[in-house]
Amino acid sequence: MNAKPLLRRTAAMALAGMARAITGVRPIWQGCAPSGPQRIYFANHASHGDFILLSSCLPPEERERTRAVAGADYWRKNRIRHVLARDLLNTVLVERNWVERTEDPMVIMLDALKEGHSLIIFPEGTRNMTEEPLLRFRSGLYNLAFACPDVELVPCWIENMSRVLPKGAFLPVPLICRVIFGKPVVLEPGEDRHAFLHRSRQALLDLNPEHLRALNHG
Amino acid sequence: MAETVWLFLGLLGVLTVASAIATALGWKSTRKGDALPSTLANLNSRIKAWWIMIAAISIAFLFGKGGVILLFAFVSFAALREYVTLTHTRRGDHWILLGMFLVVIPVQYYLLWIDWYGLYSIFIPVYCFLAMPALTAISGDTSRFLERVSEQQWGIMLSVYCISHVPALLTLPVTGFEGKGLLLIAFLIATVQGSDVLQYVFGKLFGKHKVAPKISPSKTWEGLIGGIISASLLGVALSWLTPFTLLQAGLMAGLACIMGFFGGLVASAIKRDRGVKDWGHMIEGHGGMLDRADSLVFAAPIFFHMVRYFWT
Repeated sequence: MNAKPLLRRTAAMALAGMARAITGVRPIWQGCAPSGPQRIYFANHASHGDFILLSSCLPPEERERTRAVAGADYWRKNRIRHVLARDLLNTVLVERNWVERTEDPMVIMLDALKEGHSLIIFPEGTRNMTEEPLLRFRSGLYNLAFACPDVELVPCWIENMSRVLPKGAFLPVPLICRVIFGKPVVLEPGEDRHAFLHRSRQALLDLNPEHLRALNHG
Repeated sequence: MAETVWLFLGLLGVLTVASAIATALGWKSTRKGDALPSTLANLNSRIKAWWIMIAAISIAFLFGKGGVILLFAFVSFAALREYVTLTHTRRGDHWILLGMFLVVIPVQYYLLWIDWYGLYSIFIPVYCFLAMPALTAISGDTSRFLERVSEQQWGIMLSVYCISHVPALLTLPVTGFEGKGLLLIAFLIATVQGSDVLQYVFGKLFGKHKVAPKISPSKTWEGLIGGIISASLLGVALSWLTPFTLLQAGLMAGLACIMGFFGGLVASAIKRDRGVKDWGHMIEGHGGMLDRADSLVFAAPIFFHMVRYFWT
């Protein structure tokens, strides 16, 4: 009965240690402090390593209560993946295909928040394989912001992880990564979904150092 | 080896004095309520990096050849990681990049370990340099082909091949100096790193005429000349570590320092081109491995071949 949390904690520690050894990752707390109230970290997504890297940047207590939201269609595809996602990585699995789905992703995420967890979400909804720095945001972020005004929404720019572990690759190439944590985005009274999603996407993009460099040169 | 003990006691003394002076200066300037001036902050970070470097090298020396080879294999790993991070890579390069870390570094240092000069001196510039474009071509992605291949070739040249020539000094059979290769390494590192510091000090004190204003505003002719002369004198003072006479020690140190200067200059040019200030953040807030090893990268192979040609 008690073996699972222990296994989970060990796995989390081992993964965080590995992420640090390979990428030498350093968190940059640009817009908020490392620990704070319950949070939803939202980040750019291009690699399976993303949430491991992000959670390895969190302080240990925060890491323990933080769970990543992942696509059920991918992680339930076979038994190994399912065991990995459910037991080792402790992810919150949501179904992305709204035609076939049996459970409402919002309900599942809100349940996890109610239990006191912080969440890591990737509002692009899938791994970004394009040359664009960031895809359009899905509406989940807005729905969460609307339903839980007390939870902080922290934008986190993940740099380089897509080069460390690109799609389809199994072994990571050691490259230096950074995770930049920005200022929490707050849903303003009366702000509509489209405006909010646009604003939070821009808040995330503004953290991208490449973006800033391009602005300075251009 | 009595010499090693004396050398480390000497270094410990120098660093302790340096730390004491920096602390005193910092105390004096913060007492007035100002923030630490940037020169002093920079000095502090250099001293801190030195402490870490000396500690790592001492531990490696305790384990002899194996320790030194492992230490520099790690230096290569950290340096290559910083270098590749700044290059332009594409998804198709994944296997080549992996190979650079998982094959090239271990093989190069293993060849050093088994003393196979005939192969470790050509493994990278012949075999790897031909294999890399071939494998990149097989991957089928020709976009910016030449640029991608040569960037990575130069990465393993700098970070693996050149750096591996520091431990390679252990494999040189210098007559009458058998089993003392560690001292040559200590001599090389002490003079090259010492020259870095001395160039910095002379530049701060007397620097007026910049060597390459577009690349590095901190490198001046006054600093360069003062640094090389004083580091050559340091070499003379350390000649008891080496098989060299006093004059030879001075010349070897001077040569290593000139190469070190070019190493630093080239590293600055690359960083400037990529729009970054430091290579990485290995030692928190004080730059990366290559920021500390850039001068050694250029100095080591030349120093190695000089010793090999004239003393073996």
